[in-house]
Amino acid sequence: MSPPVAPPGWSRWLVPPAALSVHLSIGQAYAWSVFKPSLESALDLNGTQSALPFQLAIVMLGLSAAFGGTLVERNGPRWAMTVALICFSSGFLIAALGAQTEQYWLIVLGYGFVGGIGLGIGYISPVSTLIKWFPDRPGMATGIAIMGFGGGALIASPWSAQMLESFGSDHSGIALAFLVHGLSYAVFMALGVLLVRVPRTEKPVEDGPSAFEGVQVSAASAVRTPQFWCLWIVLCMNVTAGIGILEKAAPMITDFFADTSTPVSVSAAAGFVALLSAANMAGRIGWSSTSDLIGRKNIYRVYLGVGAVMYLLIASFGDSSKPLFILCALVILSFYGGGFATIPAYLKDLFGTYQVGAIHGRLLTAWSTAGVLGPLIVNWIADHQKEAGKHGSALYGLSFMIMIGLLVIGFVANEFVRPVHPRHHIPAPQEVADGRREQPA
Amino acid sequence: MAGESSPPDRRALIALSWVWVGAPLCYGLYELVLKAKQLFTG
Repeated sequence: MSPPVAPPGWSRWLVPPAALSVHLSIGQAYAWSVFKPSLESALDLNGTQSALPFQLAIVMLGLSAAFGGTLVERNGPRWAMTVALICFSSGFLIAALGAQTEQYWLIVLGYGFVGGIGLGIGYISPVSTLIKWFPDRPGMATGIAIMGFGGGALIASPWSAQMLESFGSDHSGIALAFLVHGLSYAVFMALGVLLVRVPRTEKPVEDGPSAFEGVQVSAASAVRTPQFWCLWIVLCMNVTAGIGILEKAAPMITDFFADTSTPVSVSAAAGFVALLSAANMAGRIGWSSTSDLIGRKNIYRVYLGVGAVMYLLIASFGDSSKPLFILCALVILSFYGGGFATIPAYLKDLFGTYQVGAIHGRLLTAWSTAGVLGPLIVNWIADHQKEAGKHGSALYGLSFMIMIGLLVIGFVANEFVRPVHPRHHIPAPQEVADGRREQPA
Repeated sequence: MAGESSPPDRRALIALSWVWVGAPLCYGLYELVLKAKQLFTG
């Protein structure tokens, strides 16, 4: 399939909604927990079993983004969005069949495996195209799309809950809810498939920079550069630190103020989690857009350096001041979101637009690693501290110190990021014609 | 230049596409604000 080229006069402001229609849909993955209690009672599952479709979906997200990136670059964004639509929607339809027939393995296969491929391909589908349309503001453009992934859960969480309430929480009700999700998301994502276009010229904005300005590096070469692995560490450390708060946000704020005169109720803790989601989303668009002004390296200095200071403040004074605790947690979560949203523009700065989507896909393995590492650290340490008789904020002190250490490692890795060596560059056509450089295989 | 047709006006399409994605996002944000308020009232 050849990429859909924009007709004359096509507005670049049609591309962000196309990207958002995909990201707002696949962001539903983070609202999977809404289905867990109903599945557990309807199909007699335990908590670990009911988490399986989500866990498999996240693994498949990482794998399909890493291995499908080159295909996405070759076939274009419309092909990728179509694949994402088919996989994500049919994943729900297979899961609906599984719920109706009470075959849980079909739910795991449908939502986790098939739907997970949709997540990975959908996540990277608009990145390269957005950067080419907005060479003057790549951080803002990818920030809008990746903000959508955060926003997807905000929409799906109340929507799915209302649906289960209306259809019932037995296996037929869950099946009907899955069916409606699959069909609705297919219609919603169709906008992206219909609207997305690649720019017809290298300069989509008059008097603006060219989308192909600067060095260009292929995905195969990029993974052999130290810059790629420095950014891998940067992303992994930043995400791990964010998940450190996100994973246990509700019990954490309750534990921190349990022994004070103003303990936190269950509903207030839920409000705190909601506020963290808002900070996560705002950070994606806000910090990523700021990176267009102050530069990518500087913004990651802020995420990692100021993030470490925020963790230190929570660890030192968090239990003495609720506003300070909340403020620091919100800043950390905004950096978590910002880190996700700014990374495509950082990759574009280093490796050019040639195969930036494929390189981004490979880098997302850092996310998968952090997704295991972050919860593991916080839960393991909290459990052991509890066994040792500690309580309140003391349960988390060691985790926070480890998070600070990880952020410092990320900060140092960011400092090692330098421009890519010319031997990795794709030669310009003129250089090949002059015999100065050979076209790489 | 004479004979060269101007590209079609796509403002309506732009507005429609932003409403398409903006409306559900506003619903999600509204629900979020309701929940976040519990931190101060709960």
